[in-house]
Parts: sequence; C-alpha cells; structure tokens
Amino acid sequence: MKRSLARNLCRSLLCAAALVAAPFATADEAAMPVAIHGEMVYPVSGAPIPGGLVLVRDGTITYVGPAEDMVYTMDYRIVRAKVVVPGLIDARDTVGLSGLLNQPHDQDMLEKSAPMQPELRAIDAYNPRDPLVAYVRSYGITTVHTGHAPGMLVSGQTMVVKTLGGTADGDTLKPAAMTAVSLGSAGTTDQAGKSPGTRSKAMAMLRAELLKAQEYARKLALPDETKRPARDLRMETMLRALDGTQPLLITAHRQQDIMSALRLAAEFNLSLVLDGCSDAPLVLDEIKAAGFPVVLHPTMARSFGDLENLSMETAAKLRTAGVPFAIQSGYESYVPKTRVVLFEAGVAAGKGLGFEAALAAVTLNAARIIGVDDRVGSLEVGKDADLALYDGDPFEYTTRCLAVFINGREFPGERHEP
Amino acid sequence: MLPRITLGLLLAASAALQAQESPVAFIGATIIPITGEPIENGLLLVQHGKVTAVGDARSVRLAADVQIVDVTGKVIMPGLVDSHSHVGGVQGADGSNPIQPDARALDSLDARDPRLQKARAGGITAVNVMPGSGHLISGQTLYLKLRASRVVDNLLIKLPDGSPAGGLKMANGTNPMRPTPNFPGTRAKSAALVRDQFIKAQEYRAKRDRAQGDPDKLPARDLGLEQLVEVLEGKRVVQHHTHRQDDILTVLRLAREFGFKVVLHHVSDAWQVADEIAAADAACSIIIVDSPGGKLETRDISFANGAVLEKAGVTVGFHTDDGVTASRHFLRSAGLGVRAGMSRAGALKALTLANAEMLGLADRIGSLESGKDADFIILSGDPLSVYTKVEQTWVEGQKVFDFADPQDRLYALGGPGAGDAQRVQLCCYGSAWDLIIAANQGGAQ
Repeated sequence: MKRSLARNLCRSLLCAAALVAAPFATADEAAMPVAIHGEMVYPVSGAPIPGGLVLVRDGTITYVGPAEDMVYTMDYRIVRAKVVVPGLIDARDTVGLSGLLNQPHDQDMLEKSAPMQPELRAIDAYNPRDPLVAYVRSYGITTVHTGHAPGMLVSGQTMVVKTLGGTADGDTLKPAAMTAVSLGSAGTTDQAGKSPGTRSKAMAMLRAELLKAQEYARKLALPDETKRPARDLRMETMLRALDGTQPLLITAHRQQDIMSALRLAAEFNLSLVLDGCSDAPLVLDEIKAAGFPVVLHPTMARSFGDLENLSMETAAKLRTAGVPFAIQSGYESYVPKTRVVLFEAGVAAGKGLGFEAALAAVTLNAARIIGVDDRVGSLEVGKDADLALYDGDPFEYTTRCLAVFINGREFPGERHEP
Repeated sequence: MLPRITLGLLLAASAALQAQESPVAFIGATIIPITGEPIENGLLLVQHGKVTAVGDARSVRLAADVQIVDVTGKVIMPGLVDSHSHVGGVQGADGSNPIQPDARALDSLDARDPRLQKARAGGITAVNVMPGSGHLISGQTLYLKLRASRVVDNLLIKLPDGSPAGGLKMANGTNPMRPTPNFPGTRAKSAALVRDQFIKAQEYRAKRDRAQGDPDKLPARDLGLEQLVEVLEGKRVVQHHTHRQDDILTVLRLAREFGFKVVLHHVSDAWQVADEIAAADAACSIIIVDSPGGKLETRDISFANGAVLEKAGVTVGFHTDDGVTASRHFLRSAGLGVRAGMSRAGALKALTLANAEMLGLADRIGSLESGKDADFIILSGDPLSVYTKVEQTWVEGQKVFDFADPQDRLYALGGPGAGDAQRVQLCCYGSAWDLIIAANQGGAQ
C-alpha cells in the first residue's frame, strides 16, 4: 500500500554507497526528518524486513516497514546501510562511573567506606563525557544501565541513561533504576576484622537491613506524625526494594549465592533482577520457578573465582528454559576498561544462542528487564528514534558500525583510522 | 600458488614411511596454508608428525595405505601461534630486584593448568609463555608446543644444542617502576639500569672470549649474564613489553646500542611510531583489547595497530596475553584486525607465521608446507567469523583437542569443572570427593 504525499525526487539520485558520513549532522540536519533504509531492518518486535525503511521525525520513529510501501517527502535526509537494528542496550555496566584512565579522579564505581550504602545514586557520579561513553556508542550502544559496581554488599543505586554525552540529568531515562547488591566473593570484603567476611554474615546483614526497613515503613505509617521517623535516605531506598518500585539487582555467580538471593526474595517478598549468574545452568529450574529475569555475565568474562564455571552457552540455555534474560558488559577494573556488549552478544550468538535471540538480548529483552521498553529496545512507531547501522551482520568480528542515532540525532560509528 | 602434488611423490613418501606409521590425508577442506592462496577442496597429508604434502585434492591419487579423513566443508589452517601468554601460571623474577635474567619460566610452569587445554581449544598449538612485566628483565621465556602431555618437559621446543627455546622478557614504562627498594622510579633510571647490565654482559663476554677456554681465566659462571650474552650474540631474542610511543623508541634505542634482536609486545602506541619501528626492523606482537584505557599507557591503543603496522611493512602478530584476553578467543583478534583495516591474509599470518618468525621458529611452524610440523586446526568455517568454531587441534600429527569429546567441549565453552585440571575419569563417582566420602562410609570398592 502506497501512503504518501509527494514522490521523493531525491531518491533516484542517491548513491548506493553503504552509508553516510559526516561525523555529526549539522544543526540543520539534526532538525531534518530522516529516512533510514536498510537492506535488512530488524525491528526485534517483529519479523526482519528486507528492503526496510525507518522514518524518523522529531526524535521519534514514525514508520517501520518495507521501503516499497512508503513514499516520503523531499525534506527527509536519506541514510542507507546494510543492516539496521534498534540502538543496543547494555543491561548492566559501569560506564560513566569507571572512567577510561583508571585513575582515582575518574573511578566512582565503588565506595568502600562501608559495606552497605544504598543511598548512593549513580546519577550523582555519572560522567556523560567520559570517553568510554562515546566509545561504546560508536559500536551502536545507545542506552546503558549503569551504576555502582559489584564489590560491596550494597554498593548503590543504578540508573538508565542514553549515551548522548550531554548531561546526566538530560540524558537519563531512569535516575534510580535498581539497587545493586553483591553476594559471594564480590560482596565480602575479605579483610580481617571487617564485615562481611563470609557469605553467612553478608546474608545476615542484608536481612537485618531489610527488617530495619520494614520497621521504618511501619513507623512511617503511624497515625501520630510526631512518632514517625526522620527521613533516612538509606531506609527510603531499601523501602523501595520492599515495595517493588526499585528492585534489587543482586550479583550472584555461584549457585549457592543464587539460591541465597532467591531465599531472600521469598522471605521479604522481593522482586529481583539476578545479575551475573555464572552457575545459572546448575539452578535453572529454581531460577525459572522464581520468575526473576537474569542479566547474564559477559560471554567473554574471565573464568576465575566465582566465575570459574561460566559457560559461553549459558545464554542459549536460559533461552531454551524460557528464562527472560539480557546480556551485559559488566564491570572491568583494568584492561579493557569496559567491554562492549555488542561483542559479548556476538560470542553468545556464535555459541548456540543464534543471531535473533542475541540481538533481542541486547535490545528489547534488555529494555524490558530494566523497565524502559516503552521508549526503547525495538523499532516501532512512537518509540524513540534510537538505531544502530552496520555494514553487515552486527555480530561478525569484521562488521563495522557505521552510524548511530539517538533521539533522531546522528552520531558517528566506530572509527579506527588514526 | 602451491605446486600440484604428484602421485609419484606421494607414493615415495608413503612407501618409505609405511613401516612405522601410515600417512593420513585430510581431504576436501579449504586449506589456508598462509604461505599461499587458500586451496579449495584441498589435501593435507601428514606423517610422522610432519606435513608431507599440501595441495589440491583433485590432482592426486593416494596410495593404498593412506588413511583418508573426509573434512569436506571444513577449513584447515596452521595451528595458531601465540607470541605472548601466561598460561600455566608461569612466573619469573621475584620482588628482590628489577633485573633477573636468571629466572626461568621453565621452572614455574604448571602443565596441568586447565588454561593449557583452553588454549588448545582456541586452536593454539605453540605459545611463548612469559614472566610478567613488573621488572626491567623478568626472566627467560619459554616456547612451548601444546602437545598432549601434562609434563612441561614434554612440551619444550628443543634447539639444535638440546636447550629449550625461549626468549628474554623485558619491560619498560610504568609496570617496572615501583616504589620498592632497588626498583627504578623513572624512565631514565630504568634505561640506565638496563644499559649498565648490558655493559656488564659485554665485559663478561669479553672476559670469557679472552680466556679462550682456559678454566683458570674464565669468569665464574653467572646465570644472569650468560643469558644476556646470548642476547648480545643474537641467540636469544628480547621479548619486550612496551606501550607508549616514547617507551617504544627507548627500546629501539637500546636495541641499536647493544645490537640485540627485539620483538615489541603490546605496543599500544604502535600506530604513532610505525615508521620508526619499520626502520628498526623490529617485529611487533600486538594485543587486541576491547576498549582503550584501564591504564594510562594504553589510553590510545587502537584496533588499527595491525593495519598501520602491516602497511608500514612491519612483521606483526597477535597475542592473547592470557589471561588479559582468553586463548579460547584468539581467532577473534584477527577478525577485529580486519575490521580496522588489516588485510585478511595479513591478519591470518598474524595468528601464525608472523608469530613463528618472532620466536625464530618459522622453519618449523606457522604455515602448512611440506616438511613443517603437522600443527593444524580444523575449523567449521571462516576463521574470521564469530559463528565459526575450532573443531579439532592437532600438534605434530596428534589430535590434542576435539570439540566432539565432552571433556574437551567443556574446556572450549566452559561450565562446571572447566576451571579444574583434567582428572582421572572415575568409573562410578562424579568426583574425587565422592570417592572419599564413599570410602569413609565403607562403600569404596
């Protein structure tokens, strides 16, 4: 069905070159509506579209479908690529907090002064101008769920932010997404005389904290205002875990730690997001029965310590079991200073997950788990115009990301030429 | 292009060796010999641990005793050579001194480390295992073949004089600069300490030469200086960790002053000084890490290092630096190299022959040519594709990894037990602990 106004005369003049380039669209171009043609367009929410077209106006997607079914007006700027996918979403990283230089001044991902500090907010630390934000964006990552790293029992609150490189407040989709908890080795300081030093102690402290929050809630509800407690940022955060408005993101790799997380959830009726989960294949039934989604460790994570049992096939196993999951790039303390979730999903794709499921794990499924699927994660009319353009299968090592769109604004893809 | 194999050659080869071991022909794969163009529907003939023929399968008729393995649809390329790895938990110098050429990787390596089997799973058949980079000279590196043995002495590559092949690990930049006694605090001091040591080695060598074998005049044996003399004489290659462009040039300056052969390792800023590296005729063993930074010296590292060095005419290879990157993902380095502009042939050479050259072993490994060691891998497809897997790894004609084997599959992909050394298969018990528990309960057989 042809819907249209005027035949676009420009179309026949366009060269067939893979794409595009000026690094940044000019101010005029940024305001222009964009017609993005893909030899293959993957909306993720629906079947792949050969010869697909995505129309973008005012930062929003206005059409997704076969190019032959749509004629657009001459004011559209035209961009072409072999493959067009939704902007990728990294379901868990520390970008913007753990800066590229790895010097004290750019490392804000872990406050070590106390084991439990739920009051810490990622948004108060996120640096949108850290070079790694632009770096991951250049590979097609347009949204990250970032924040405090695993490494303390309760390390802080995460945020969901677009990789626009503007301001923390302006770029943010969700200023307080989840509260990060680490079980197992990552959550025990392992220093003499400091708690928690064991798994048991960590769980005891966590339970005590939640009990305190329950008590705080009870007092807040007292009819006599004078008897209500003073505001307590820490308790307020734990309260949001109890009422489900801000779930706990529990990093657990060993199967006993995963089970501890599930036990905790059952005791306090919590909704969780499980993070890491190297041993997930050992307790797949239990995870499935609990119904919590998994933000899986990077496929190429180093298999040491609590991650010793990790498998590159776990993503495929989660898929088979029907457990909702996304893939993350995680946290790196040294080199590389960040992983790229595109690469991690690629290896999962090659190790049994397959192309489309891997793509969903870094787009729509990730968006659902971090609660932003009303805005991003798929190419659908009305959603934000966040797209990544590639010159081939995005997961192939030799493919390049050509350009990235966030809210309809174009950013350059990866560049390697010095 | 490779010459076509004649029937006569095959018959001669097989007849002569028949008595001991019959030849095996891998037929039908695309063979990437590295030294020539890929061969569709190829033939790889192996006997006594050596490649005896490589060519087009259609052009030969095989002798009756040749065992045929149909590998139609697969890709065969030389076993990968990793020019910089730490598998086996290898060690070298301790914290007492920044210069310890006497320390040998050989005396520290755990050949049962599961990371060795993971390296085989990644297609690696030869590897330079190195002490760390926290010293100016951290010891003697070791070139290994990942044969099926779990004993380090059986993995050695022997030089004609019987000694194990290896290089000398050196480092500059921030890693060896430490606030501990005896260690340098600046780059200039680092270089001065190294120059001092090489001058000592020159004097040691002069004394030794003057003695003309007279035991009364020979200097007392010095394990460290002996190694540096080997370096001065070109018998041992310096494998030099270096990142920043100025540090790279310092290495080249010292190599020029003392006339030693050097391979530059990591070389994060290589793209900035590629012409200087080319002029010095130094080879580069580079790493691909997924993002820049993590340490100040690697803030400018680029995927394009391979492409820039290739264009400048430098011999360039990839390494894993395992565990910085995992051996199981080694093929990926070449894919990312091509992504950033390297030629396909250059990237595949950078996993194989280029590294063999850096280890001085190019006459034995790194390509599939008649007379070379039968170190090769069988892949499910294009070596540069994320969807390709290593199906088998062969060292000197012996299969050392097979994805079809459940235990090997575990090392390839991971899972419970992949972090353990390979254990004796217990017939009726899941693990040694079950056996102990059963024994305590009086149930052991």
